[in-house]
Amino acid sequence: MLRFLVKRILSAVLTLFAVTVLTFLMFFALPRDPVTGMCPKNCNPERLERVRQELGLRDPLVSQYAGYMKGIVTGRDLGSAQGGRCDAPCLGWSYVNNEAVTDTMARVLPVTLSIVIPAAILWLLLGVGLGMLSALRRGTWLDRVAIGFSLAGASMQLYFVGAVLLLVFVYTLRWLPVPGYTSLFDDPVRWASGLVLAWVSLAFLFSAIYARLFRAQMLETLSEDFVRTARAKGLTRTRVYGRHALRAAITPVVTVAGLDVGAALGGTVITETTFGIRGLGRTAVDAVRAGDLPTIMATVLIAAVFVVLANVLVDLLYAAIDPRVRLG
Amino acid sequence: MSLSPVDGAALAEIESGGEAGGATGAPQGRRVVGRSPGQLAWLRLRRDRTALISGAMLVLFVLVALAAPLIELVYGIGPRDQFQHKLDGFSMPLGYAGGVSGEHFFGLEPRTGRDIFIRLVYGLRTSLFIAFAAAVLTAAIGVVLGALAGYLGGWLDAVVNWITDLTLALPFLVIALALTPTLTLRFYGQRDAVPPAFGIGVLIAIFAVFGWTSTARLVRGQVIALREREFVEAARASGAGLGHMLFRQLLPNTWAPILVSFSLAVPQFITSEAALSFIGVGLTEETPSFGRMIYQSLDYLQTGPAFVFFPGVTIFALVFAFNLFGDALRDALDPKSSR
Repeated sequence: MLRFLVKRILSAVLTLFAVTVLTFLMFFALPRDPVTGMCPKNCNPERLERVRQELGLRDPLVSQYAGYMKGIVTGRDLGSAQGGRCDAPCLGWSYVNNEAVTDTMARVLPVTLSIVIPAAILWLLLGVGLGMLSALRRGTWLDRVAIGFSLAGASMQLYFVGAVLLLVFVYTLRWLPVPGYTSLFDDPVRWASGLVLAWVSLAFLFSAIYARLFRAQMLETLSEDFVRTARAKGLTRTRVYGRHALRAAITPVVTVAGLDVGAALGGTVITETTFGIRGLGRTAVDAVRAGDLPTIMATVLIAAVFVVLANVLVDLLYAAIDPRVRLG
Repeated sequence: MSLSPVDGAALAEIESGGEAGGATGAPQGRRVVGRSPGQLAWLRLRRDRTALISGAMLVLFVLVALAAPLIELVYGIGPRDQFQHKLDGFSMPLGYAGGVSGEHFFGLEPRTGRDIFIRLVYGLRTSLFIAFAAAVLTAAIGVVLGALAGYLGGWLDAVVNWITDLTLALPFLVIALALTPTLTLRFYGQRDAVPPAFGIGVLIAIFAVFGWTSTARLVRGQVIALREREFVEAARASGAGLGHMLFRQLLPNTWAPILVSFSLAVPQFITSEAALSFIGVGLTEETPSFGRMIYQSLDYLQTGPAFVFFPGVTIFALVFAFNLFGDALRDALDPKSSR
């Protein structure tokens, strides 16, 4: 167990390292001078040169990279024009936002978390519930409706669903305010009412995939010997389906959910664009448009961290859920 | 189709004569009919109503995409024609439901006054071309690398696995968004006019680079499961080369999941293309595209909902048909399925 954990974490760190190197190369290989994006208007050559110096763009790539990594681990001094001392985890200074990137991230990360976490809870419950229902009532109209719903949901486009929801609930019925983010701790009601459309549309699209996956898995599990044995020794239906079969059938759902949630936490670009909520995804897109290198680096890195973490978590959950899995 | 010895056992299926499709002679009683897995799948697919309907829809979509210039000729309106005189003072189309009429089947775009129907026809062409090209490329790369990694193991397996983990960890939309202008600038510079074909090529390349890993993982798993089977060992013992092992022995046994993943990859690429156009990368303004239309239409959500409706429903129908067909194909190809 411990050996597995160490191995897993080492490979995760290696992946993250590769992500930083790749992103660094990808964006510093931009033919566009990274500096022009960083002071948008009326930039004279002297100012450009100064920015270049401050960013260390005259240094060799390797030492630039080393400086960036050092900033994340221990923090570093960026010079007075970039807000001076930058504590760990220092992600650099954005000339576009005139703000330390770490501060930007601290502002937009809760937004994305507020969108993704409730949505993920909703889509998992809905997906597994629907899948369970249609597996247990296989061949009935209920099964057909559930499957139709899930195939339709899997074919929907988020921006289309979002547009329809906005039109109906915000512009026509006026039941909900225009979507936006308010901190959960300031005003829970406004927090929920501003984000509920995003949750619902994400949940609708994602639960479809899970319902299909879980139904197929459940049907396969139900035909296995241990389910029959459990029934034969007199356990109730609820107990067999809810405990024995559910545990065996849910493992692939956990894998997919881990990947999906990890990827979604790295920024729900389409959702945030559709509803005009500024989270991690929207910030990343804007940063790419503006050529805001430090912000791009930070968003890509955070997204990668979420995915890698989710992967490790999935592996650990596997062992907890399914006793047949041996880590080694 | 080449079959390996292992399939021989699975060939026979007992069926009552009346059900056997296409059997001519007068059947009496039960008889044993030998059928290859391919024939079985084809038979199941033909009996499946969902597969037939969705398959017909797909054929229709492909035909419309292929015949786009012909449709333009008959319809009499091109994708870049503007009908400013049919817009009112606020640049909104005159008439009901966004200007739907016998002349403009799906109405007109607000502001530009372009015909929505013909732009959708051409958008379908762009989408399908990109999706098919990307799916073929990813399948080719994924199959070769996945089979090699699974069969040879060792460092190649480790590298392929690691690249898979890496591509999963990168946020696809952000990277694609950043790479597209970079590549365009690399090849064309700041002022050159970029031909639309280049934008399409870049999109296909990005999809291929990010997409092959899932096919590779699938094929790798299948090959690992087959690697130790007797027929593979027999072939190896009789001195078969690497090429023969991969393409004559292993891959013919994995074509079913590859086909299913291909048919489900196409709608995924259609969706991704639309999503990328939606956040504003990829194709230039003159290339008609679903995503770009939907993105532009969102500004008119309150004033001209018909403009949101038509592209949204079309792309839904397209992806839905693909998903239904892929699902039916999976059922038909599943040897355990009893349908």
